[in-house]
Amino acid sequence: MIEVEHLTKYFGDFIAIEDVSFDVQPGEIVGFLGPNAAGKTTTMRIITGFMPPSEGTVRVAGYDILRNSLEARREIGYLPETVPLYTDMTVRQYLGFMGSLRGMSDAAKKQRTGYVIERMRLEDYADTFIGRLSKGFRQRVGIAQAILHDPKVLVLDEPTIGIDPVQVVETRELIKSLGREHTVVLSTHILPEVSMICERVVVINEGRIVAVDKPENLSVRLRGSEQVKLEVRGPERDVANRLRQVEGVRQVNRQRVDGNIYEYTLECDPGSGVRDGLASLIVNQGWGLLGLQSVTMSLEDIFLKLTVRDEEGAPR
Amino acid sequence: MTIILAIARRELSTYFSSPIAYVIMSAFLVFTGLLFIDSLSGAFREASLRGFLAGETFGGLLGESINAAFVLLLLGPVLTMRLLAEESKLGTLELLLTAPVRDTEVVLGKFLSALVTMAILLVLTLYYPILLWAFASPDTGPILSGYLGLALLGAFFLSVGLFASSLSNSQIVSAVVGLVILLMFWFIDEAADFFSGLPEDILEFVSPRAHFTDFARGIIATETIIYLLALTAIFVFLTIRSLETRRWR
Ligand SMILES: Nc1ncnc2c1ncn2[C@@H]1O[C@H](COP(=O)(O)OP(=O)(O)OP(=O)(O)O)[C@@H](O)[C@H]1O
Ligand SMILES: [Mg+2]
Repeated sequence: MIEVEHLTKYFGDFIAIEDVSFDVQPGEIVGFLGPNAAGKTTTMRIITGFMPPSEGTVRVAGYDILRNSLEARREIGYLPETVPLYTDMTVRQYLGFMGSLRGMSDAAKKQRTGYVIERMRLEDYADTFIGRLSKGFRQRVGIAQAILHDPKVLVLDEPTIGIDPVQVVETRELIKSLGREHTVVLSTHILPEVSMICERVVVINEGRIVAVDKPENLSVRLRGSEQVKLEVRGPERDVANRLRQVEGVRQVNRQRVDGNIYEYTLECDPGSGVRDGLASLIVNQGWGLLGLQSVTMSLEDIFLKLTVRDEEGAPR
Repeated sequence: MTIILAIARRELSTYFSSPIAYVIMSAFLVFTGLLFIDSLSGAFREASLRGFLAGETFGGLLGESINAAFVLLLLGPVLTMRLLAEESKLGTLELLLTAPVRDTEVVLGKFLSALVTMAILLVLTLYYPILLWAFASPDTGPILSGYLGLALLGAFFLSVGLFASSLSNSQIVSAVVGLVILLMFWFIDEAADFFSGLPEDILEFVSPRAHFTDFARGIIATETIIYLLALTAIFVFLTIRSLETRRWR
């Protein structure tokens, strides 16, 4: 439904995204995950035809976004990151206007406007000026206009940002249900969110795709999110073997620091509390425990990790 | 066409639900009212719109520069400054340009809304000639041609203002840029004095000022009409191009 091929976008000399390629199948919900300034918004703006890429192509529902721009844009509903709306219009007027822009007939406009107002539970605010709505309700109006013309493709840029936790849950449910009727691409920098909503995740960092996977697989790759670093004086092979036998430890990597002092990096099952066991093991063996620290991985680390793995030879 | 109308209708409702249209209309009526009264109450009273249209006011003190067209020139960029600058500042341009709408349709819709507002403005001033007709028998020819001139020049001013609005995110910057461009056009014939022969003729033709004086005197020249329409079309076209290049920035 969406084919993104080798997208690159320069702003002057700055490369915002580089060689970004991925496909989205019909009916799929794909999450675009990345930290700030990763290039999510830039990619979405190119997909929706707001700005052209410097290099590469995008096809939406078979239409090239540059060459058959109008046809492609007709198939897209878009919620921009900043949810820009005309504040001097009421919700109903605004939806009617967006309907006219999409070339809907008066009857279709009326019917769909009623439907999306109900669907987004905006009934009480249908005749309120958008300027008077709270952020969360504006977000709903933003989604309402995106689904107004029943597009094949929905592009939602950070649909859950800036709304309260209760509404976040509701919005996620809503997006899931939208995924039954539309092909959805959404962006987020909230890791759990993608596993909740999305069937596939595209991880992007510093303008490059670092992973494309199902959320389950991704979380397996990320489950090493509990890491312990040890600095031990002792016979390194022996130490490594014994460490591996400690319950909860999955993997041990070592790196020489000095003489027979090594730094051991342990991948552990999360929440297994292995540190007690490690400390007593080392002391009982009469080795020298020089350092013990647990490394919790932030989202940044995860991206870093994915990036490093990628460079180590995962196929591109 | 429906899309152009939809955009124009939205802009018009914004104009008339905010103070801007009313402020501009009041300003226009006050200034042109002064010009109108002056030509009726001067030493040589006459039932005409010469003060309003040709600006031969205040005993010629202000020259022929201050006339209805000049007031329109000052107000035009204020009327149009919002049209594109505000959309790109608020980000609503992102939804407009990702809707299945041509850039041309966006620009024409906006231009149409400004034209309609200006037409309403001009219709409001019709009470000057109506007063004249009611109490005297003015020469109808110059009044009609004067209004034709005002409409043509007004369209040109708005096209320049719209173009200026496409250049920046700031309404103020847009208004100033529009004004500077228009004042250059308006006064460029002053530079004609430094030249002679063909360059002088060209400079005098380029400036809309002298053309308007002709209109006000009842002279309608086809080449002037074509010139003003072409100028308007050029600036509308430039606006479309400017909107397109926005995407590439
Ligand atoms: N119009 C622009 N001109 C210049 N640089 C830009 C422009 N738009 C984006 N950038 C730069 O491109 C990079 C990617 O920005 P982008 O908005 O795509 O990030 P993002 O992934 O959406 O981040 P966030 O999570 O903060 O929304 C950033 O470094 C940003 O500064
Ligand atoms: Mg973003």
